[in-house]
Amino acid sequence: MAKFALTVNGKSHEVDVDPDMPLLWVLRDELGMTGTKFGCGIAQCGACTVHLDGQAQRSCVTPIEAAAGGEIVTIESVAGAEAKAIQDAWVKHDVPQCGYCQSGQIMSAVALLREVPDPSDSDIDDGMTGNICRCATYVRIRKAIKTAAATLKG
Amino acid sequence: MQFLFDKDKAALQSEAVREPIEASRRTILKSIGGVGAGLVLGLQLPAAAKAQSGAAAVIKGDGGASTFAPNAFVRIAPDSTVTVLIKHIEFGQGPYTGLATLVAEELDADWSQMQAQSAPANTPLYKNLAFGVQGTGGSTAMANSYEQMRKAGAAARHMLVEAAAEAWGVPVDDITVSKGVISHKESGKSGKFGDFAEAAAKMTPPSEPSLKDPSEFVLIGTHLPKLDSRAKATGEATFTMDATLPGMLTVLIQRPPLFGAKAKSFDDTETRKVAGVVDVKLLPRGIAVYAEGFWAAKKGRDALKVEWDETGAETRSTAEIVADYSQSAATTGKVVKEAGDAEKVLDAGGKTIVAEYVFPYLAHAPMEPLDCLIEANESSAKVWAGCQMPTIDQGAIAQTLGLRPEEVKIETLFAGGSFGRRATPVADVAYEAATAVDAIGRTRPVKVIFTREDDIHGGFYRPLNVHKMKGAIDAEGNITAWDHVIVGQSIMEGTPFESMMKDGIDPTMVEGADDLPYAIPNFRASVHKKTLAVPPLWWRSVGHTHTAYSTETFLDELIALSGKDPVEARLKLLGDKHPRLTGVLKAVAELADWGSAVPEARARGVAVHKSFNTYVAEIAEVAMGEEDGVPRVHKVWVAVDCGVAVNPDVVRAQMEGGVGYGLGHILYAGLTLDKGRIMQSNFDTYRSLRINEMPEVEVTIVKSAEAPTGVGEPGVPPIGPAVANAWAKLTGKRVRNLPFAPIES
Repeated sequence: MAKFALTVNGKSHEVDVDPDMPLLWVLRDELGMTGTKFGCGIAQCGACTVHLDGQAQRSCVTPIEAAAGGEIVTIESVAGAEAKAIQDAWVKHDVPQCGYCQSGQIMSAVALLREVPDPSDSDIDDGMTGNICRCATYVRIRKAIKTAAATLKG
Repeated sequence: MQFLFDKDKAALQSEAVREPIEASRRTILKSIGGVGAGLVLGLQLPAAAKAQSGAAAVIKGDGGASTFAPNAFVRIAPDSTVTVLIKHIEFGQGPYTGLATLVAEELDADWSQMQAQSAPANTPLYKNLAFGVQGTGGSTAMANSYEQMRKAGAAARHMLVEAAAEAWGVPVDDITVSKGVISHKESGKSGKFGDFAEAAAKMTPPSEPSLKDPSEFVLIGTHLPKLDSRAKATGEATFTMDATLPGMLTVLIQRPPLFGAKAKSFDDTETRKVAGVVDVKLLPRGIAVYAEGFWAAKKGRDALKVEWDETGAETRSTAEIVADYSQSAATTGKVVKEAGDAEKVLDAGGKTIVAEYVFPYLAHAPMEPLDCLIEANESSAKVWAGCQMPTIDQGAIAQTLGLRPEEVKIETLFAGGSFGRRATPVADVAYEAATAVDAIGRTRPVKVIFTREDDIHGGFYRPLNVHKMKGAIDAEGNITAWDHVIVGQSIMEGTPFESMMKDGIDPTMVEGADDLPYAIPNFRASVHKKTLAVPPLWWRSVGHTHTAYSTETFLDELIALSGKDPVEARLKLLGDKHPRLTGVLKAVAELADWGSAVPEARARGVAVHKSFNTYVAEIAEVAMGEEDGVPRVHKVWVAVDCGVAVNPDVVRAQMEGGVGYGLGHILYAGLTLDKGRIMQSNFDTYRSLRINEMPEVEVTIVKSAEAPTGVGEPGVPPIGPAVANAWAKLTGKRVRNLPFAPIES
């Protein structure tokens, strides 16, 4: 066990955990923030995606040791123009079915839009291929990202 | 619009099992801010059901009539919010929205005042009218609720109107209701539902509430936004994985590596050294590691040393199982349906095709790994889970803990997918959770979590199947004989669903094959039932997952042999006896402009299939993919006839999702055994469809006035054969061994 200081959604926390513990479980089990989901544990499905220093990151394979000291943003308080546009577009198109992967999808989509404000289909493929949706809501994810991009363009 | 969750932490933490009978009631009360002055209605329940009902005690406004008992389908609060208690699990297929729509329609509510909430486990009140038990499956949620929920809404409206008429001293017939406002034109009086909720509760429920004619619908058939989208776009939606209780332990179970094996002995020395591990117990199904949080449980479990007793376990490899099935498939099985003499015609020679198909075991792999939270004491238990069969889970938990079913309260949470996996007839997850809480003396709440590896290795698969098909055509290209042999496992045998078997035949093994709609004079379908220790389970569209593939690709092959057009030939074979199949086939052909020029280096294939009383036709357009032997599917056109489309956008979403789910497995997914061990373990080897592999999907809904049928499953069966038929057209290769891509391990 070891103590780590981390900043999540602008708030400082200190946790005393196994240095190997992935950020995902620090968020969920230590800090009680359950919006970030466990889906595979091996960075294959993207349900655990958070932003670490502005980059989309799979928290299930990011040991707390590596994440501590960075700025972590989760679905609970992802904000800004891109986040609002994405979440509104998600609701507008009724993207979610079961909904379990959608926190991760949204975190990836927000990161994509910040990087590529007007993504093409292949940009969307590149940015979103790491996020599995077993309900296969992909048609609407694509549509919602385009809607959000259009909203941001104004 | 708002979605209610009463599963926030505060609510959870205050739900002690000390007052089990009161628990779910208090949750409900709290979540709507006091229902004391509200109106609650129920429908058509026998007197016995009323007497047993815990929920009935909540209710004011009991009319007392024996065919009508108040229950908790509809609740109208003083603030005019209408809460619909949904008896079906919400895992993406849309019952929260769909069933609330039915109530809102007959109530003449405004959509913005509607809310949905999960109904508690209570079989008499909330049973699926298609099964007689509380549960979701077979795409029945809408079909079995259509009249029931509309009547619930209509009865509520009737009583509100009576209350308003009495208050205003005007005739009932002069009152109108629209968008949640009750009005009397002549006097200019108007009010909201909440204004009359208390008075309405004193009215007598109508014995047979009159329902609208479909031509009067204002909400059904329109695009209403889903009630749960916002919560699911913000991370606020609570799944079982997210639910916690004070003092809760996380439990990971080390299950046997072979199906049918048992733990002989184990050494937990290293496990107990892991910080956070609290206890280790031997359970009937494996060794449970109890810990403060997931990570400690996982590290602890990784450190376990177990010796297994593999006597009686399945130790064969996939190749051996397939060889055995294949040998059986060479002979006629138990005949399920026969017409004419297929064997005689086939023996006579001529133009015939013989084909063998192999369908692998498939895992459901719902996005949320399986889980169950349980708290228990000597006299009661409370469970939070994505519970697809509350009656069965409740019974299993009660039996395990020595309780009566009504002493087990179940709160069904959102489930992160299921595709059938949360509907095990043996209640595997609920049972494990009950044994886990019991093994530590019911001292602390426990949450059993599966890792993804546990899920993929855990059995309850879509069973492996081998089909042998023989067909003949005459000189004019007419199909004269069809012989279909299916070899697989029974899902129902040995479970509470066995009563649905007839003459020893499990209908889920042959559905979609024994009721082939095409006019073929000599026909035989037969089945060989195998018994293996690998537990089988229904998997989104069940038997149709393989029968639609074999029948629609084999038919396509025979049609190709005759040189006819795949759509025209199917229409001719359907004749005038199957108007709804014909309808979707024509509709999809029109949507895709079948027969028009196909882009270069692409080809199209078609398939049509009825499942769960819903009719779906699909056309797929494919090209060579980047991987050898695997197509790139560019576009899929879908025509669906599901009767009245209550929410057309939900219907479209289910078709899109069904296409994606079916396609991912047909192209990429399969489980293999090596000396009994499952060789895939996570999404790296059990491959899932990704966004770059998803085709464009265009859906048309055939207009219908028939009662609605389900849409969760029926989009799945046609996609495989449509793609395979397109691929055969493009490459000349008939794929009969699934998936298309090599299975990784």
